[in-house]
Amino acid sequence: MIEAACAKLGRQINVMEVCGTHTVAIFRSGIKSILPEGLKLLSGPGCPVCVTDQSYIDTVLQLAGRDDCIIATYGDMIRVPGKGGSLETKQSKAGVKVVLSSEDALQLARDNPEKKIVFVAVGFETTTPATAVAVMEAAEQGIDNFYILSSHKLVVPAMRALLSAKNNNIDAFLCPGHVSVITGYGVFREIVDDFKRPCVVAGFEAMQIIEGLAEICRQLVAGRPELKSMYSAVVTEQGNTAAQGIVAKCFEPADGYWRGLGKIEKSTLRLREKYSKFDAFKQFNITETPGKEATGCRCGEVLCGLIDPPQCGLFATSCTPDDPVGACMVSTEGACSAWFKYGRKEKREQ
Amino acid sequence: MCLAIPARIIELDKDVAVVDAMGNRFKAKTTLLPEAEVGSLVLIHAGFAISLVDEEDAKKTWDLFREISEFDDTPNKISG
Ligand code: SF4
Repeated sequence: MIEAACAKLGRQINVMEVCGTHTVAIFRSGIKSILPEGLKLLSGPGCPVCVTDQSYIDTVLQLAGRDDCIIATYGDMIRVPGKGGSLETKQSKAGVKVVLSSEDALQLARDNPEKKIVFVAVGFETTTPATAVAVMEAAEQGIDNFYILSSHKLVVPAMRALLSAKNNNIDAFLCPGHVSVITGYGVFREIVDDFKRPCVVAGFEAMQIIEGLAEICRQLVAGRPELKSMYSAVVTEQGNTAAQGIVAKCFEPADGYWRGLGKIEKSTLRLREKYSKFDAFKQFNITETPGKEATGCRCGEVLCGLIDPPQCGLFATSCTPDDPVGACMVSTEGACSAWFKYGRKEKREQ
Repeated sequence: MCLAIPARIIELDKDVAVVDAMGNRFKAKTTLLPEAEVGSLVLIHAGFAISLVDEEDAKKTWDLFREISEFDDTPNKISG
């Protein structure tokens, strides 16, 4: 099906996945090697660590340097390099704690009343509800040493930004499965309607991904872009409405900076005024400015699907998973890390 | 990382659950999934149950999770 479709279309088809787990699953399963030449998979801005702007990383590092603060972060973030090191190098000072959930961060606040606990709130729609629950609990229980530094991101505005760029080369999206669990696959309808690109939600197992790609090819050949979920075991059109409700109570969309994509309108979630006493940006007087990437790092172009990681001059030379220069090499789900570990045989110069 | 792990609810007290995933037991909250009950198979992400899941999909995701855990050597890749 996929081969026939490529032959019929007679041009290269570019399908972008916007989910770090898809990126890893695609490399791990070797799907790329069995796809016809004419079908190219691009890794988009789907890894939360990768898309977090450099200025946010520097802000976290700055707060980690304060004696009155403890930084509570998911493990993925601690190795991202920034000004003066990474959270890992600051961890020895006991000012940085790795947590498995927002609940653990809240517990740190209860256990350390003399310290200010700053929760590094990154992640897409899948993760935001957990942060929202912690904020509500902190409010109910009157906990006043708990702060959220929210860089929670929305996937759809990023997809819109990518498609609005003049040099975009994206024919279709393989939409993220676990984001859709929360949002419902209905959120992607505007991409199909406004940009006429197929949007197909798929699971993470090799067969599910291939079925998703076949569905995309079918739509492209038919010339009729559609919204479709192939992940009916857990994804519904409406999603988890209880989670959406709690997020809407705590957060509102605001303009935000993304690594590589720059400023995107209404793409980041900020705490509502009602919860501003938990807002680290407000309480520590932090203003967000766009960050600068390390010299030579081309994460931005990687995240937009404009280049494959091996086209970056630092790839596998001065930038490796053990000694990363950019965020896309730090995170397991980053495209550079996945290429390094699995994709080097597939190196394709362009 | 947006991966959610399937797990079965073993105990449930209000919205605090003990769940089992691939033989590992840990605590999770069901605040976001009020319909969850003891015995339910649920997806857990960042300490919260986010949806019900069927047996077949749970098995597929467990397999994937084993592979990714091998792939990754950094601890607790949960965010996202
Ligand atoms: S290989 Fe390293 S330096 Fe190059 S784009 Fe990727 S993360 Fe940045």
